[in-house]
Amino acid sequence: MNSASAPGATHRLQLEDVRLSLQGRELLRLSAELTAGEILCVMGPSGSGKSSLLAFLAGFLAPAFAASGRVHLDGRDVLQLPAEQRRIGLLFQDPLLFPHLSVGGNLRFALPAACPDKPARVEAALASVGLAGFAERDPATLSGGQKSRVALQRLLLSEPHAVLLDEPFSRLDTALRREVRTLVFQTLQAAGLPSVLVTHDPEDAEAAGGRVVQL
Amino acid sequence: MLLRAAPWLVIGLLLAPVALGVGLTLLPAFGYLPVLGGDTFSLTPWRELLAMPGLGRSVQLSVLSGVLTPLLALAIVLMFLAGSSGTALERWLRRLVAPLLAVPHAAAAFGLAFLIAPAGLLSRLVSPSLTGWERPPDLLIVNDPWGLAMMLALILKEVPFLLLMALAALPQCEPGPRVTLARSLGYRPAVAWLLCVLPALYPLLRLPVYAVIAYASATVDVAMILGPTLPATLSVSVLQWFSDPDLSLRFQAAAGAVLQLGVTALAMLLWRLLEMLAALAGRHWLAAGQRERGEVVLRHTGRLGVAFLLALALGSLVALLLNSVAGFWRFPDALPGNWTLQTWSRALPEVLAPLGNTLLLGGASTCIAVTLCLAVLEAEARHGRRLAPALWLIYLPLLVPQIAFLFGLIVATEFLRWTPDAWLVLFAHLLFVLPYVFLSLSEAWRHLDPRWTQLAITLGASPWRGFWRIRLPLLLGPCLSAAAVGLAVSVGQYLATQLPGAGRVPTLTTEAVALAAGGNRGIIAVWALLQAALPMLGFALALLVPRLVWRHRLGMRSTP
Repeated sequence: MNSASAPGATHRLQLEDVRLSLQGRELLRLSAELTAGEILCVMGPSGSGKSSLLAFLAGFLAPAFAASGRVHLDGRDVLQLPAEQRRIGLLFQDPLLFPHLSVGGNLRFALPAACPDKPARVEAALASVGLAGFAERDPATLSGGQKSRVALQRLLLSEPHAVLLDEPFSRLDTALRREVRTLVFQTLQAAGLPSVLVTHDPEDAEAAGGRVVQL
Repeated sequence: MLLRAAPWLVIGLLLAPVALGVGLTLLPAFGYLPVLGGDTFSLTPWRELLAMPGLGRSVQLSVLSGVLTPLLALAIVLMFLAGSSGTALERWLRRLVAPLLAVPHAAAAFGLAFLIAPAGLLSRLVSPSLTGWERPPDLLIVNDPWGLAMMLALILKEVPFLLLMALAALPQCEPGPRVTLARSLGYRPAVAWLLCVLPALYPLLRLPVYAVIAYASATVDVAMILGPTLPATLSVSVLQWFSDPDLSLRFQAAAGAVLQLGVTALAMLLWRLLEMLAALAGRHWLAAGQRERGEVVLRHTGRLGVAFLLALALGSLVALLLNSVAGFWRFPDALPGNWTLQTWSRALPEVLAPLGNTLLLGGASTCIAVTLCLAVLEAEARHGRRLAPALWLIYLPLLVPQIAFLFGLIVATEFLRWTPDAWLVLFAHLLFVLPYVFLSLSEAWRHLDPRWTQLAITLGASPWRGFWRIRLPLLLGPCLSAAAVGLAVSVGQYLATQLPGAGRVPTLTTEAVALAAGGNRGIIAVWALLQAALPMLGFALALLVPRLVWRHRLGMRSTP
């Protein structure tokens, strides 16, 4: 597959006394340590601040929120870094394939600039999820499941050291949800990526098989 | 960082000339202009101004136009939207708005003149069968003393503008759910729209409406073509005094420009009163719970108004086309006796230089304006919304009557001993192009799903890479539309070309307006058509290019 999924990669995400508050009201408090391939599942009703937690970790927290605590990824203090240098990847509810780029263009966008032999990397990534030969396709012509798989491969090609998942399966219908969920969890675990999953679906939590935090 | 400074740079770029211009109009208005021997402050310019015959009438006309034009234009737009929001008719009209908006004011005014004048197309169509006229009647339909023809031309131009602004703002007001809910409570659709959508929509429309007031109360080119002559509207009189070879009239002109500022402010004040009255009436209507009354009137008046204006626009275009190819055309005949391309072939060699100037000015001012607007919006997206409260200052040049500050800017350049040239004209165009480009671009830019940028950044892209590779291509369509608006605004500038260029930078618009006095209909029609064609071409390109570029991208058919 690719370098992020190379066996032996041991990434570690540490959340130390992370607190989020909005207008003086504390939304959440969390400490956790995630080792390679571990998925932390954060559950809670809407308004509980679970999406804000992801925004905080990724570096997009709205200025209205106040946040404190320390977050280390592989020993680096990521809160000091701008979002694009944190090496924390995101999976949203929608696959969000860039509509103006081809499928291959979407994947190439994620590859680091210095990466050699980009076409081969892109083709290998597509082949690994059964989409060989899809590089020139318009993303709008893909099925829902295919889009999810491309989005996942795009995430991996950007070589993240940790991954955040924002209810990534909630928009899929039941049959597809199970399939995509299994693929995503297996891929993240094989790649040795510590992940934080935000969801309100208990089945997600169960399938993740890791720690569950209720807000 | 340069980007962080961009909003302040733009605000300064627009605020400084307006403030300076108004300030330097005030000085000569009170007798101080050393270049012309005015060394002391005095009230003489005002005494001379007030002694001008017909001044009161000029002021009246300008205030009347400043209130009546936006009132009728807004009424038509709102009644049309109330009666047709969300229907196929609205979607169809949406496509017609851009080309209508593209036509410069002067071209529309000429077209209307050729349509409704005593010897115009309409009169020919009904003569002598209905009217018995064998020669053009001696009626002051164009240049009528009340300025009705002028206001009609302004309404013809401002309705598409307000409609476009309203259509852009509407999605934020969720008209669908609101009307559905009100209808479930028994309100008829148009009444429901007026009571539940309008209160959310109007605040978003207020700025464009005030821009219309400023324009209608101080227009120069439309008033020169269709407006009353003895006396003319205030703004036209001020321009006449300003351009008079007798330089001492400059003092009086400056006083007139300050008076114009007051007149526009008065029109805005009257409008504010109307707003409050309308809000009061609206509350009574709401409280009364009246569910059906007005439905039929609303539904039909709005559609009739829009249909009437569309017919006028189409008729004006036909009138221009016919006049441009007419040979000998006896009066009551509906069509010319013979056809000729001579007018075109004779005009074309003279067109080239003004056309070149128009294209250069329009292209340059639009490029600069789009770049600056993108910088402001990008700075806003990256560094948060803190700037928002100050950003309305970008619209200042649209809210102050042109003549009131362009006058002072000319005085400033004379102080600095700058000779009027194309660079000054370019700068003056930018003052008006920039606000309109920002008005067209900002909504689309702010409504782009922020997740696209977040996604690009979490994939390791720098903010600049996210801008060039993701945000800019996703918004290619809106950017090109905004550029087309900018080009149309620049092409249509009369005063901002004439004053800073001292008449030495001819464009399609200044030449066309200058021809108005000559009265050669064929030549005027050719210039007006060319003047209208250029912005239309811009809008057509803005529509076609994204379709061509994204022909293999289904997801780009509708703006993300």
